[in-house]
Amino acid sequence: MSTIEAESAERPTLIRGPSAVGGGRRRFWDLLVLVAIMDFKKTFFDTALGYVWSIMRPLMLFGVLLFVFTQIFRVGDQVAHYPVLLLLNIVVFGFFQESTGAAVTSVVGQEGVVRKTQFPRLVIPLAVVLTGLFNLAVNLVAVLVFMFAFGVTPMWTWLLFPVALMALTIFTIAVSLILSVLYVRYRDVGIIWSVVGLMLFYGTPVLYPIEVAPEKYHDLLMLNPLAPIIEQIRVWMIDPSAPGAAAAAGGYIDLLPAVVIYVVICVLSVVLFAREAPRIAEEL
Amino acid sequence: MSSTGNGSKSPSVLPEDQTYDAQREPDRSDGPAAIEVQGLSKAFTIPEHRVTHLKERALTAFKRTEHRTFEALKDISFDVRKGEFFGIVGRNGSGKSTLLKILASIYRADSGTVKMAGRAAPFIELGVGFNPDLTAVDNVTLNGVMMGLSRSEARKRLDSVLEFAELEEFAELKLKNYSSGMMVRLAFATMIQADADVMLIDEVLAVGDAAFQQKCMDVFHNLRDVGKTIVLVTHDMTTVEGFCHRAMLIERGNLEFIGDPTEVCNRYLRTNFEDSLGVEAIKSAKGVPEYHTRKVDAWVENGNGERIENVEIGTSMKLKMILQAQDELVRPTLTVQVRNANSLAVFGMGVKSGDPGMPDRLAAGQKLELEADLENVLAPGRYYVRCFVTREHAGDQLGLQPIEMTSFVVFGMNDGGGVVSAPGEISVNGVSA
Repeated sequence: MSTIEAESAERPTLIRGPSAVGGGRRRFWDLLVLVAIMDFKKTFFDTALGYVWSIMRPLMLFGVLLFVFTQIFRVGDQVAHYPVLLLLNIVVFGFFQESTGAAVTSVVGQEGVVRKTQFPRLVIPLAVVLTGLFNLAVNLVAVLVFMFAFGVTPMWTWLLFPVALMALTIFTIAVSLILSVLYVRYRDVGIIWSVVGLMLFYGTPVLYPIEVAPEKYHDLLMLNPLAPIIEQIRVWMIDPSAPGAAAAAGGYIDLLPAVVIYVVICVLSVVLFAREAPRIAEEL
Repeated sequence: MSSTGNGSKSPSVLPEDQTYDAQREPDRSDGPAAIEVQGLSKAFTIPEHRVTHLKERALTAFKRTEHRTFEALKDISFDVRKGEFFGIVGRNGSGKSTLLKILASIYRADSGTVKMAGRAAPFIELGVGFNPDLTAVDNVTLNGVMMGLSRSEARKRLDSVLEFAELEEFAELKLKNYSSGMMVRLAFATMIQADADVMLIDEVLAVGDAAFQQKCMDVFHNLRDVGKTIVLVTHDMTTVEGFCHRAMLIERGNLEFIGDPTEVCNRYLRTNFEDSLGVEAIKSAKGVPEYHTRKVDAWVENGNGERIENVEIGTSMKLKMILQAQDELVRPTLTVQVRNANSLAVFGMGVKSGDPGMPDRLAAGQKLELEADLENVLAPGRYYVRCFVTREHAGDQLGLQPIEMTSFVVFGMNDGGGVVSAPGEISVNGVSA
């Protein structure tokens, strides 16, 4: 209690009220990391297999899809390292899908802390994405094992993976921010996003590589900012001869619409969240 | 609104308050400010028809959405000095909680400024953000960080929190397996360990059993004595009178009065007295609020004549009160009312002139001693004793003054729950086919 005397010389300073990041930078990071770690712990707390589930879930989905697309539809026949590609795509896209899916209700779900404590609002959706990243890291270890098992040769371009991951993470955060803050006002967002998420799963080259899709749909598919990211990861990680982001779109100029959409969504998320954050407690 | 000064102005209406002066020292009214609030206003727009679906939004996009504005706070200005225990008093919906939430950076004010020295920690509710799926250790750490500690600081305090809550053995137990009593203990321990420069508290005292409430009281005494700056929102007048150096009264978003806690209490009780059970009769006879009597002392005794604060259920107790007339009291009546923590008037007792021993008039300065013999049938919890004193004027007008007397805690087992455990026996008369 002796600190009180020492601080008694301190003058009152203006407080700016609730905001997206209010309460100091150190506290922001401490909260973000703690909340994410606790969320990660919590997900597998009462399960017998614990963290194993984090890997098992995508692996089981992978098993089903692998059977369907190599034994029934035979998409994989023409594609180099199709099983590994499929697994990698599922894990990477799964990060986006699970993070954004959990982000929708995140702010509303934390109603207690938002309405009754001085909680920096931005922490809530960010922590969801960070938890997603923890899961992704665990899953990537499994993917790496499979890559060696299926005979993918290590390449220097593997080192570029973090660049693609960075682009994906930023996009995931942006979408999460928009969804979480819109859900406070409009509960429709939850339903809409479950449908849009499914559309994105089939609309993004996850199950199939882009060149398998008919040429006329390429422009449409490549409007989705996730498509060039997924395609680029494929080039860097598995198949250097694959088209890659630019070639799949038909040239660097044709990549522009996706980039514009990406940037617009990112800017929109920041503006929207900053505007809504101070009033979230009243809207809930 | 003119009474927006600081506590150095003494209230003009009440002669002078002697009851708690000893406790209120030292006077901090000249100390440095911990909180400065200037011209704070806050309005909520309440839509007549809330739009929560995009479809409705689309359909009503070009219509003007009808809504009314509710002004929760209107141009509030005040200072809180460093080391002050400051009470904010008001009825439900008066805006007191909104004010606390603005101070705590939970709501944003429409206009006006708030300045704060150091770190403020809000305690709007016990155990906010506690996660039932996490262990006590995780929850306490997370809560500490939420209250503004660093992660290492929060971990360092872990032991003392668990020790205070007497829950060391259950540190690794998940909260969902805690009893509600354990949960409250943990939440309270976490709260007082946050050690913020300014503590903003919203009636957290209203929870827990009697023994726990007593512990809370002790902690508040402690915090006050070490010179913490505390802002407490409450409508429990005993707490205000017992703890606060200064208090302010808010009514419908306006600052009605700021200064001496006793004065604040009296004003609050007056704004409230229509609702009061014991006053109904007096009100019908045109009671006007007055200051004509002061409390000298009030306490609870057990059967052996010893002063006590905790009364066991089922034992006999005496309620003793000494009042002094400040003014001449003609045909005075006294109504003593015992209320529980939920402000429910559990019972009342009255004496009026004409009753044995009760004089027809009391001269100014004369004291009146009252004693109530009670068989304690109250359910466990905290109880507040309030006294309404009236005097007669010419005609049918009555001068009325409510006075907070004392409070006590009832402990023990109450088999059937409820507000009282009524005397009597229940037995089985027989079993038939």
